[in-house]
Amino acid sequence: MSVTRRTGWFLAAASVVATVAYGFACAPASKQAAGTIGAADAASKVYVAPGQKDEFYAFLSGGFSGQVGVYGLPSGRLLKIVPVFSQFPENGYGYSEETKPMLETSFGNIPWDDLHHTALSQTNGEDDGRWLFVNANNTPRIGRVNLATFETEEILQIPNSGGNHGSPFITSNTEYTIASTRFSLPIPQADVPIADYKKAFKGTISFVKASEPGKMDVAFQLLVPGYDYDLARAGKGPSKDWMFFTSYNSEQAYEKLEVNASKADKDFIAAVNWKSLEACATAGKGELWPANYAHNVMDEFTRVATTEFKKQVRVLTPASCPNSIYFLPTPKSPHGADVDPSGEYIVAGGKLATVIPVHSFAKIQKAIADKAFETAVDGIPVLKYDAILAGEVKDPGLGPLHTEFDGKGYAYTSLFISSEVVKWKLGTWEIVDRAPTYYSIGHLMIPGGATTKPSGKYLVAMNKITKDRYLPTGPELAQSAQLYDISGEKMKLLLDFPTVGEPHYANAILASKVQAIQKKFYSIADNKHPMATKSEPETGVSRSGKVVHVRMTAIRSHFSPDNIEGVQVGDTVLFHITNLEQDWDIPHGFAIQGATNAELLIMPGETRTLKWVPKALGVYPMYCTDFCSALHQEMQGYVRVSPVGSSVPLMANTVKAQGQAARAEKFKH
Amino acid sequence: MFAPRLNRWLTALAALLLASALLFPLWSVSLIAPQYPEGLGMYIWAHTVTGVGANDLQNINGLNHYIGMQTIVPDAIPELAIMRPGILAMSALGLLVAALGRRRLLQAWALALVAAALVGLVDFWKWEYDYGHHLDLEHAPIKVPGMSYQPPLIGSKQLLNFTATSLPATGGVLAIAAVVLAAGAAVLGGGATQPTPSRRAPEPRAARMSDDAPVLTHR
Ligand SMILES: [Cu+2]
Repeated sequence: MSVTRRTGWFLAAASVVATVAYGFACAPASKQAAGTIGAADAASKVYVAPGQKDEFYAFLSGGFSGQVGVYGLPSGRLLKIVPVFSQFPENGYGYSEETKPMLETSFGNIPWDDLHHTALSQTNGEDDGRWLFVNANNTPRIGRVNLATFETEEILQIPNSGGNHGSPFITSNTEYTIASTRFSLPIPQADVPIADYKKAFKGTISFVKASEPGKMDVAFQLLVPGYDYDLARAGKGPSKDWMFFTSYNSEQAYEKLEVNASKADKDFIAAVNWKSLEACATAGKGELWPANYAHNVMDEFTRVATTEFKKQVRVLTPASCPNSIYFLPTPKSPHGADVDPSGEYIVAGGKLATVIPVHSFAKIQKAIADKAFETAVDGIPVLKYDAILAGEVKDPGLGPLHTEFDGKGYAYTSLFISSEVVKWKLGTWEIVDRAPTYYSIGHLMIPGGATTKPSGKYLVAMNKITKDRYLPTGPELAQSAQLYDISGEKMKLLLDFPTVGEPHYANAILASKVQAIQKKFYSIADNKHPMATKSEPETGVSRSGKVVHVRMTAIRSHFSPDNIEGVQVGDTVLFHITNLEQDWDIPHGFAIQGATNAELLIMPGETRTLKWVPKALGVYPMYCTDFCSALHQEMQGYVRVSPVGSSVPLMANTVKAQGQAARAEKFKH
Repeated sequence: MFAPRLNRWLTALAALLLASALLFPLWSVSLIAPQYPEGLGMYIWAHTVTGVGANDLQNINGLNHYIGMQTIVPDAIPELAIMRPGILAMSALGLLVAALGRRRLLQAWALALVAAALVGLVDFWKWEYDYGHHLDLEHAPIKVPGMSYQPPLIGSKQLLNFTATSLPATGGVLAIAAVVLAAGAAVLGGGATQPTPSRRAPEPRAARMSDDAPVLTHR
């Protein structure tokens, strides 16, 4: 069949009209999507002039990178990457002899994890800026980052846990950070058929002591029904003794969860009174179960990490500690359970629900007192939905996940499927605004949004898909966050910024709180590292069997010693390098050819050790990797490696001290 | 002949100001560079040299090794050992001459003080000259032909990437005020008065301390 001439003309004309119409209608719209303000206006709001500083620190979880990305807000500038559960060749974390133990677990040294959530330490329900806690999802762990140094100082493995997703949410005075199991398991572990899921699999909710650095510990675990525990949030104000955990798969499916775990109308939020559990634990209720889990601590003064394996854990059950756990029925596989700043409302994000249900803490207390129970599961009372419901936000959009608050009476919920943020009013439950995200927002974050005092100025959306938002980079595209201005009635999109790894959740805090406690360098006088070398005359080499210890110092712009001879093939050479600087922002680096691990970055006043096993004879260069000074490039040296059994004596030159002693001597005459 | 009462009071005040200068650094040398926007600094006290920040002196010495400058070691500077007792002695003497009220003595003391101040400044300048010029060029990583690194006595000077600013610090200001007052007391006219025992300036403690410095009291 052929197109007639007339039809051809018609089609041509129509397509021209369509193109022009499309151009007029869509060109401006596509450049400025709904919720976007004028580019210049937005630019001025995120512009932090050279030399000026951001108002907030934002800590974005690095997801599968096992790290935390630290950004300034509102600029979105990346300030630092803090490795927690991942080896970091950039500074030797997890490679240096001092930091290797940080990654120790009962499974061995695990150099990676999936870091999902962050929790800033709190005092009286407010962020205090001391520490950042983060979770490892895959091999259950909780890490603590010291915000004076931005270094990981402590990691505690969580026993009896599979998939530490509902973690590390924190109580309002940092009493406990928590860990709950995404995957239920045979607890304790056992060789059982997977089909025995319903009878053999359990979940645990762990409370980890968090208030004393270096002393994190699983205070007690509560054994709970074998569901998938997802996210959690501590109460605050009137509800501060409670913790709320979402769960899904109350169907207890163990295969094809996609379908089989989405059948029930309602799943549960577990409302747990941790004060009551604490009292039970203190009273010796429950049982001490044998366990094996690592506790890794970086000592403040040696700056050497050590691992202790803990051998038991206190396990409580709902029966051994009655009145400590209740189930709140909540529509359709809830994700977030978020408590508003007053502590009264618990907002659930039912991923597959058509409403956002909000529970009332006061009503929960009344329902418990009135025994308004629908039923009980494994001895856990299930409260009546209608008795505890404060209200429902109707038609919020598709896939409500997670909610934060601005402290001005509004809540902001992320909607994964419809890819937007919806703003609604607490109490009236009416939707007042919505803004699209690009694309598929997971969590969102408002600085202080998890505390009693949110700063309702900005909102950060963490997106799962970026498609056409950035220059393409092959099959994997930039991970991204978006910054919204929420100071006015309408949310305004200000900025897209790429992130490290896939951020699942984040916290942000007023910069002044963290700036105030910054450490500029480690005091060399306080350096208690067993191999610390505090002056150049103390440097040298020694051999014990096949191990050669090099005690070395680094100061602008030389190593001492910078030539070493007498090392033999197959020796284990340990370079213990002390950075003698006592000045801010003067790390030295150390690298040697053929090292199979990484480099070292040594902070001023600190000692770090790199292991090197030369495999062949020759002379190998070593050098400083951190551009420390004008003569950084001269900061280098050699190690001569001789055959096994060689008669070359072990020796090292030490750079002649421009020492005070020599000077003092001169002045005396 | 006795000095006017006002002059004697000025003299006593000058003596006390001089002693109080020991409580503060006399001079400050501050160094600003692109790498050190927060600055590094040194305080020169009568008895020692300290950093403004906890590690400033160490860091200044560390940087100075690049240009072959000698390490600043306070214990190796003999003047720092005698300056404090010297100032205390001068201060005690000042109180004594104020009490005695003899115009001649007062003028002699003022003259001695001015002379001592000048000697002090010249000596400080000489040390600065020594540090700035006597460089260990053989071992200095950075050699700039013709360059010396003497900081100014008062004022600012660019020394490579550093702007060095040298100024009297609180103690220095007090000491300068003492010298000016003493000189004023020595030259100002006025009616002579007889000292009355009951109105003597209180000085026994300071006078006792002058025994610690016999060389100066025997002038
Ligand atoms: Cu270096």
